[in-house]
Amino acid sequence: MLLIYCPYCEEERSELEFRQAGDAHIARPTNMTEMTDEDFEAFFFLRDNVKGLTFERWRHLNGCGRFFNAARDTVSDKFLTTYKAGLPRPDLSTLRPATEATVETYEATESNAK
Amino acid sequence: MSGANRIPGAGRLTPAKTARFFFDGKSYAALEGDTVASALLANGVHLVGRSFKYHRPRGIVSAGAEEPNALIGVERDAARKQPNVRATVQDVFDGMKVISQNRWPSLAFDVGAVNNLLAPFFAAGFYYKTFMWPKQAWKHVYEPQIRAAAGLGVSPTEDDTDHYSSRYAHCDVLVIGAGVAGLSAALAAAKTGARVIICDEQPEVGGALHYDKSVTIDGQDGYSWAQATAANLAKMDNVTVLPRTTAFGYYAQNFVGLNERVTEHLAKPDKKLPRERLWQVRAKRVIIATGAIERHMVFANNDRPGIMLASAARTFLNHFGVAVGKKVGVYTANDSAYEAAFDLKRAGITIAAIVDSREQPGEAVLAEARSLGIEVMVGYGVVDTGGKLRVSSMSVARNGGGSSRKIAIDALLVSAGWTPSVHMFSQSRGKVAYDAETQRFLPGTYAQDCLSIGACNGTNDLQATIEESLAAGELMSNASGYTAPEKLALQGVNAFSWTGGMAGAAEGAGPDTTVKAFIDFQNDVCAKDIRLAVREGMHSIEHIKRFTTNGMATDQGKLSNIHGLAIAAETLGREIPKVGLTTFRAPYTPVTFGTLINHSRGELFDPTRKTPMHALEEAQGAVFEDVGQWKRAWYYPRAGEDMHQAVNRECKTVRDIAGIFDASTLGKIEVVGPDAAQFLNLIYTNSWDTLKPGRCRYGIMLREDGFVYDDGVVGRMAEDRFHVTTTTGGAARVMNHMEDYLQTEFPHLNVWLTSATEQWAVIAVQGPKAREIIEPLVEGIDLSNEAFPHMSVREGKVCGVPTRLFRMSFTGETGFEVNVPADFGPAVWAAISERTEALGGCAYGTEAMHILRAEKGYIIVGQDTDGTVTPDDASLGWAVGKKKTDFVGIRGLRRPDLVADGRKQLVGLLTKDPAVVLEEGAQIVANPNQPLPMTMIGHVTSAYWSENCGRSIALALVAGGKGKIGQTLYVPMPDKTIAVEVSDMVFFDKEGGRING
Repeated sequence: MLLIYCPYCEEERSELEFRQAGDAHIARPTNMTEMTDEDFEAFFFLRDNVKGLTFERWRHLNGCGRFFNAARDTVSDKFLTTYKAGLPRPDLSTLRPATEATVETYEATESNAK
Repeated sequence: MSGANRIPGAGRLTPAKTARFFFDGKSYAALEGDTVASALLANGVHLVGRSFKYHRPRGIVSAGAEEPNALIGVERDAARKQPNVRATVQDVFDGMKVISQNRWPSLAFDVGAVNNLLAPFFAAGFYYKTFMWPKQAWKHVYEPQIRAAAGLGVSPTEDDTDHYSSRYAHCDVLVIGAGVAGLSAALAAAKTGARVIICDEQPEVGGALHYDKSVTIDGQDGYSWAQATAANLAKMDNVTVLPRTTAFGYYAQNFVGLNERVTEHLAKPDKKLPRERLWQVRAKRVIIATGAIERHMVFANNDRPGIMLASAARTFLNHFGVAVGKKVGVYTANDSAYEAAFDLKRAGITIAAIVDSREQPGEAVLAEARSLGIEVMVGYGVVDTGGKLRVSSMSVARNGGGSSRKIAIDALLVSAGWTPSVHMFSQSRGKVAYDAETQRFLPGTYAQDCLSIGACNGTNDLQATIEESLAAGELMSNASGYTAPEKLALQGVNAFSWTGGMAGAAEGAGPDTTVKAFIDFQNDVCAKDIRLAVREGMHSIEHIKRFTTNGMATDQGKLSNIHGLAIAAETLGREIPKVGLTTFRAPYTPVTFGTLINHSRGELFDPTRKTPMHALEEAQGAVFEDVGQWKRAWYYPRAGEDMHQAVNRECKTVRDIAGIFDASTLGKIEVVGPDAAQFLNLIYTNSWDTLKPGRCRYGIMLREDGFVYDDGVVGRMAEDRFHVTTTTGGAARVMNHMEDYLQTEFPHLNVWLTSATEQWAVIAVQGPKAREIIEPLVEGIDLSNEAFPHMSVREGKVCGVPTRLFRMSFTGETGFEVNVPADFGPAVWAAISERTEALGGCAYGTEAMHILRAEKGYIIVGQDTDGTVTPDDASLGWAVGKKKTDFVGIRGLRRPDLVADGRKQLVGLLTKDPAVVLEEGAQIVANPNQPLPMTMIGHVTSAYWSENCGRSIALALVAGGKGKIGQTLYVPMPDKTIAVEVSDMVFFDKEGGRING
């Protein structure tokens, strides 16, 4: 079970409190009635289903109730970061995992043990 | 006496504390603290089961969780029968009933053993190849037969009467395993003040110290040190010590599942105690100290009862005080087995010989063996064994062939070396790395915040393990900000350091294709089967595993996987890491469904929602139906009435007099704010600007694709306040839908949404006498038709409590919906109910409600629509604002397919025979005589007997339906074809005058 950082509550909470809500950064067009069929298809139906880094919406349903965005790796399931709805995509080069995922290896402790 | 093979003075159990248990009906003596395995061995019982495929006699192989063979059934009563329990981990309790499995008629004489003679026909892949034809026979003949013949224990047929509990826990450091490594790490972590949980699957801590009597730590006997350390840890406020607790699954972000067996070892458990407890632990850091598992040797007929792991024999002797035989042989490729021989020899047991497949055993153990006078055959192999229900001899030959010598034995201890238990590490998604020198897979690249220590990390030496563990405990606590007040040091001493080990087939497994040299005891997989799989073209270990079923039994190949892999690699002529290791998956050992399901069963499986008036309705005789999580009054039968009669009476009464209906489950959302109307304009297809406070409107909500999502009546309470109702089933998703748009697409709108579903009790009063019923109860509202017309809402009082009174109707009759705060619901229901009955009306349930609305052609979203229906398809086009420039779904409605001709449209159906009621879901065709498969042009969505119309009525989605009114269509059923006439959707009071009465 994942821990997800809610950018509104500003804390990590259990995955049980959240619901995924589809791809992020797809703004609803303001000129709905003027859209071509192709544009509407692209807006409403077509999604990338990315393997790797993806931007998606989550809702802290059983918490504050807010929708927010997340950058997540679909291979490792790891959340790289979460951010408030309406904010632009974060700069990927500065992205660090949302959890402090420094991994100690045996080699790191071995010197300690001696 | 607790068994003839109990050695006086040996072991750690108390001779005075005895227990009796039954094995296949026969009574045996045991000691408290015995496992079923140790107690049976104490009584000289080696034969405990039959193998899965060949029904070969099998005994006890191990003394721990890795046991592949000794699976038993434990029965407490008719409901509590646990199959496939490993005898090596189940404690004996007084009066326990144990049964053997997979044998008929008895363990010693098993008819299924004929499979052993037919073994040449049962090679790997036999089932796949043999039962291919005819295709149908697999499902109906072969599979049921094979399943009946093979298989393990039998599950109980009655409901489980035990209960299980669940607990969430958080800690800084979780230590999995409480052997020397785990205890040292926990000690170091605990001293820093970090919150520590340490668990171990065994009843007592100690791990390998159970059998290795030679160990001392800081001068204290190792096992005693372990118990004292655990006792000291348990006294600390920041430490939780959990024995009998298996870490079975390692999930994302250091989330670990533990299974604590609370009462499994007790004869008469306190009924208040759960049988097992599920711990869901979130740890900042995890220390994996799961040790290593000894492997058996792979040679001909290595599965006879009495052949067991050397370390197991040591455990039975040094912990349980049980000698596993009187004349014991040893076959090994590793030094560790020598120590088993030494311990047994010192306890007075004859060691027939130590057969060592290596040319160069460890010098220290060799010297010790000689000084104890034990014959060691260096460079020899056991090439066969004898004995029917227990091993009676081993045939020994020099490596490379030559004549063999038969040695009489009654037990044979084997060891091919140790497999580090990397299960938890691998489950954490860490990548294992192969160490060619020691032929082991060890933790390689870590994926989570954890650390492996001790034997599971490939550390063999005792002192090195202690130092590594103390350092790990401190380091992992540092991560949470704790530091050690002082450096801990412990001095561990043991007798021998071990060398050696091998993986794969030993001498005597033969290259030939008939020898049964078992790798996987539980699934009866032999060395030859792996070779066959490779010959047949399986080159990936994943394919070999599935073709042979190696490692796929309930023990998940704890003994067999490495042997299978080594044989596959040898046959393929490849390096072991090139063949690959299968993934370790949870659970580490079997976990009962009870533990996983926990409280979520029976009434607690899913929440039950009841309306405030539930108890009153129950008292009125209501029969309830499930609508999602809600219990809704379905109908109210009176004495002598069946459902049909009750529903007919309720329908008739509502139209003739009046009825009262509990509509509390309707979803209710309070939409408030200066931009509330503008928000609703975007969410609904209708316009809301024009709606005056005090008036209501029926609204349709679409998804962006243009299909109907939900509907309901919305009342405007004030300029900036709307009372929105939704369908019962749609309440939660409509709320989510609105929140989504408000938060993310229309955040500029100043609006608040509040779910009020459970805050209002809703009592619908419908029928010609509805006004007369409520009039005396209502204060402050003029109920006259002129002052309070259909589709209006007023605030006032009913029965002295505040109400939002709606004039609306889902029956086509004059109707009111009385909303009162939920707590007042029962009192108001009782008062209105009394008035209703006094005037000749009655309460009606959801079934009558469905019929009454269908008589008027009112749709139910989700029943008459299915996510592919547009407002126009449902004849609700009038509710779509033509002048609006935007609402959710406005563009979707204009998609070519949604405006095309021939769409399925909602229409009425009248059966030619008025007495016939159609079936909901039935398909509709234009021509019943067309060849199969017929072209289906629609289906029935609602169908009822209408007492008010005196005939059956139905609604249906029919392609081009509105253009087919008056035409005859057909509904083919299995027994007959029903002719129907297409009609409009209103069956009763077509003019609609009654609603304004």
